[in-house]
Amino acid sequence: MAVLELANVSKHFGAIQAVSDVSLSIDPGQVVGLMGDNGAGKSTLVKMIAGNFRPSQGIMRMDGQDLVLHKPVDARRHGIEIVHQDLALCDNLTAAANVFLGRELRRGLGPVSILDYASMYRRAGEIFTELKSETRARDPVRRMSGGQRQAVAIARTMLSKARIVLMDEPTAAISVRQVAEVLNLIRHLRDSGIAVVLISHRMPDVFDVADRVIVMRRGRKVADKTIASSSPEEVTGLITGAIETAAA
Amino acid sequence: MTVTLDQTIAHKQHTFWSRLFGNQTFWVVIAVVLACLFLSFTTDSFATSKNLYNITRNVTFVAIVALGMTFVIITGGIDLSVGSVLCLCSMVLAVTMHAGYGIGMGIAAALITALVIGAFNGILIAYLGFPPFVVTLGMLSIARSLAMVASNNTVVFQFGPDHDKLLALGGGAWLFGIANPVLYMIVLALITGFVLRWTRFGRHVFAIGGNEHAATLTGVPVKPIKVAVYMICALSAGIAGIVETGWLGAVTTNIGNGMELQVIAATVIGGANLAGGVGTALGALVGAALIEVIRNSLGLLGINAFWQGTFIGGAIILAVLFDRLRNLRQSD
Repeated sequence: MAVLELANVSKHFGAIQAVSDVSLSIDPGQVVGLMGDNGAGKSTLVKMIAGNFRPSQGIMRMDGQDLVLHKPVDARRHGIEIVHQDLALCDNLTAAANVFLGRELRRGLGPVSILDYASMYRRAGEIFTELKSETRARDPVRRMSGGQRQAVAIARTMLSKARIVLMDEPTAAISVRQVAEVLNLIRHLRDSGIAVVLISHRMPDVFDVADRVIVMRRGRKVADKTIASSSPEEVTGLITGAIETAAA
Repeated sequence: MTVTLDQTIAHKQHTFWSRLFGNQTFWVVIAVVLACLFLSFTTDSFATSKNLYNITRNVTFVAIVALGMTFVIITGGIDLSVGSVLCLCSMVLAVTMHAGYGIGMGIAAALITALVIGAFNGILIAYLGFPPFVVTLGMLSIARSLAMVASNNTVVFQFGPDHDKLLALGGGAWLFGIANPVLYMIVLALITGFVLRWTRFGRHVFAIGGNEHAATLTGVPVKPIKVAVYMICALSAGIAGIVETGWLGAVTTNIGNGMELQVIAATVIGGANLAGGVGTALGALVGAALIEVIRNSLGLLGINAFWQGTFIGGAIILAVLFDRLRNLRQSD
C-alpha cells in the first residue's frame, strides 16, 4: 500500500494558483525525484506534505487514512521528516546537539530534569555508524564538511520512526565527493523502508538514485514515470515545456 | 593498521588541554591571576584583607548583572537598560520600605518591577520584531526617569522598620567572613552555569544564538525563550540593585549610571560573543574580575585615574583580539 497518497490536491494563494489538481502516490522504500523549474510548484507541494500549508482542495492520505496536518509538528508526529535546504544547523553546537535539537533526551536529577549527554552522544554515534558517515557526535558542526553536515541533518530524521523523508536540494552547493556521500545516505534510507522525496535541480543525482521521477510545470504534474522509462533529455523537455506531457 | 568507522566516530578530536588553551576565559583567568601576583609583590596595599574584601565586593554588582546579560548575549541580543533597571529596582525597594513596608514587601516589589520590565523588553523584541538595541535603549531612558519620578529625585537613606535587616543583607558577611554580595554572586553563578550547561532551556538559548531560523524549524519555542532571557537579565539587574542598596545604605538616582557598558565589557572579556551562540557563567565572573583588578591596581600603583578607561578599553580589545587570531588561524 502507498505510504502517502495525494488525491486532486490544489493550493492557491489569493488569485495565484501554485499547485493545481495534483495526484500522486509514494510507496515505502521508494525514492521519488521531484523536478521542475523555479516556481513550478515543487516547494508548495512539499510544504503541504510537511504541514506548512493546508491544501485548498483535495485530500492527502497516509496508509489509506485521511491525513490532515495543521502545523509541521503534526507532520513529524505522522513520521514525515524534512531535511531543509539550508539544513537548519546551529554551527555553535555539537553534531549530537543538532541531531537532538528540539527533542533533547533528559534524565531526572532530583526535582529537575537535566540533559542526558551520554545517551545523546551514544545514540547520535549509532546513527552516524548506521549512515556509514564519518561524523563525530561530539564535534561542533562549524568545522564539518558539507557531507557531514548533510549526515547530521539526515540523522535527525532517523531519531523517530520516519515513514517519509522530504529532502530539499540536498546536493546543491557541495563537492562531487560529498554528493556521492549524500546519495549513499539516501540509498540507506530507502533500504530501511523509508520513502524519500528528493527535490533537486540536478539531473544526474535524480537519475542516479531515484526510482521514479515526477515533473511539475506551472503548478501541474506533467510527468510521473519510472527512471528506467525516462531519460534526462525527456525530463529536461518536460521541465522547460518543450515536451507538453510525458508519453506514458 | 586500518581505522574502522566506529573508531573514527568515537575519536575525540580535542584533548582536554587543547580545549583549555583555545579558551578565551582560561586566558583571562591567567591574566587576572598574574595581575594579582604582580600587585602582591609590587605594592604593600594590594594583598591586604581590606583591599581584597573591597575588590571582591566591587566585582559582585557588575558580575551579577553580567550573569543575566550572558543569557541575552548568547541568544545574539543585547540589553542596554540594565543600569537603569538596577536604579529603578533599588528605588522601588527604597521607596516601598521608606513608606513603612517590610523588607519582604520591598524585595518583592523590586523583583516584580524587574520582571515586568524584562517581559516588556522581551515581548517587543520577540513578538513584535523590534531590534533589541532600540528597545533596551528606550528602556534605559524610561527606567531611570521612572526612578526619578518614584523618588522625586531625592536620596533615600531611611528604609523604615526593616532598615537594619536591609543593611545586613547587603553589607553583612554571614559565612566565613565573605561579604554577602560575594556569596550571592557565587550562588547565582552556579545556578547560571547549571542552567546553561544542563537544562533544555540552556541548550535552546545557545541554539537561538547559533541559528535562530534553524531553532524555529526544529521546533524550539524561540519566542517564549527570548522573552525569558530578557526577564532573566532584568531580574539579575534587580537582584544586584537590592544587594547594592543594602550595601550602600542609600539610593540616589545616579546608581548604576553607565553600568551597562561595564557589564557588556565583562561578558565580552570573559569570552561571550556579541554575535551570539557563545558565553559562560564563569566568563562573566572573570571578565568582571579583570575589570575590577585593573581599576584597583591603577589606583594602588599611583597611576592617574584618568587612565582607567584606556586600560579597560584596551582589555576589551585585547580579549577579543585573541579570539580573532584563533579564528583567523582556523579559517586559513
